[in-house]
Amino acid sequence: MDEGLKSELQKQGIFTTTLEDLYNWGRKNSVWPLSFGLACCAIEMISASMARYDLARFGAEVFRPSPRQADLMIVAGTVTKKMAPQVVRLYNQMPEPKYVIAMGACAISGGPFKQGYNVLKGIDRYIPVDVHIPGCPPRPEALLHAFMTLQKMIDKQKLTGKDRARHFDPEAPSEFPVPKFGAHDLEPTNNPGVWQPPVLARGV
Amino acid sequence: MNEDNPYWFITVLLIGGVAFCLTPLALAWLWARFFSPPKPGPEKNAIYECGLESKGDAWVQFKSEYYLYGIIFLIFDVETVFLLPFAVAFTGLSVGAFLAMMVFLLLLVEGLVWAWVKGVLTWK
Repeated sequence: MDEGLKSELQKQGIFTTTLEDLYNWGRKNSVWPLSFGLACCAIEMISASMARYDLARFGAEVFRPSPRQADLMIVAGTVTKKMAPQVVRLYNQMPEPKYVIAMGACAISGGPFKQGYNVLKGIDRYIPVDVHIPGCPPRPEALLHAFMTLQKMIDKQKLTGKDRARHFDPEAPSEFPVPKFGAHDLEPTNNPGVWQPPVLARGV
Repeated sequence: MNEDNPYWFITVLLIGGVAFCLTPLALAWLWARFFSPPKPGPEKNAIYECGLESKGDAWVQFKSEYYLYGIIFLIFDVETVFLLPFAVAFTGLSVGAFLAMMVFLLLLVEGLVWAWVKGVLTWK
């Protein structure tokens, strides 16, 4: 419907909506995060759910203790290579539709430990991340902002058509390969379906 | 059924109550049927959900002897409770009551012997 007409009708007390809008409205206001924290960022995440910041305002009140009941994974903190398979496995066990917020410099890129041998240089190498939050650690306000960004993203998702949301596509994967410990590093070092290493041009 | 029937409102309430529960379930089922593609997988269907690889089965084996011992203990425990009033009131009992108690004890002992011979008390 035309936005202008919609607005005019609203002024007369007639509200119009579509099934898609209604569905997305319901989903974006009831995102249930997995209670899952890896390092210092988790403290900020916990703080965001407490009274002062009150994540419950957004319907994300219940941090679920089981991936089977959660639809948002907040990867809060440093993902070590030892922990990466568990993170991916938990993501795999979440039902669709599912979203990921990578919270903090470590989760998005390895952060201050990027040069270390034991830290994954970003969880987006293995699972699709919807919102990245920079910071070390990011304050609860940053998580709230990321959450609102995710809500806007959910609100725009399409039910049908070519650009429909990933979870509506029967062909799109719901599980991603879990990395294993190899002789020197995790194998594979990244999930090619999710992340491709940038091509470095040297000596140009 | 007309409106004069006293059960009219209860019927309406019952239908309303059932519909109130079933409608959301039916809507959810229809939504899943037409929009959400089922995407099962080995990880998603795994038994445990702690992030570690699932090992083994969720079925836990218990020996049936455990329950047999429990049941036999319960039977004899409850039945021997009757021995206490028997012992307390022993001197004041009539011959008939004494005989009845003896029959009861005989049955109890017979049951124990039967269970013993049957091999119920042998832990395999």
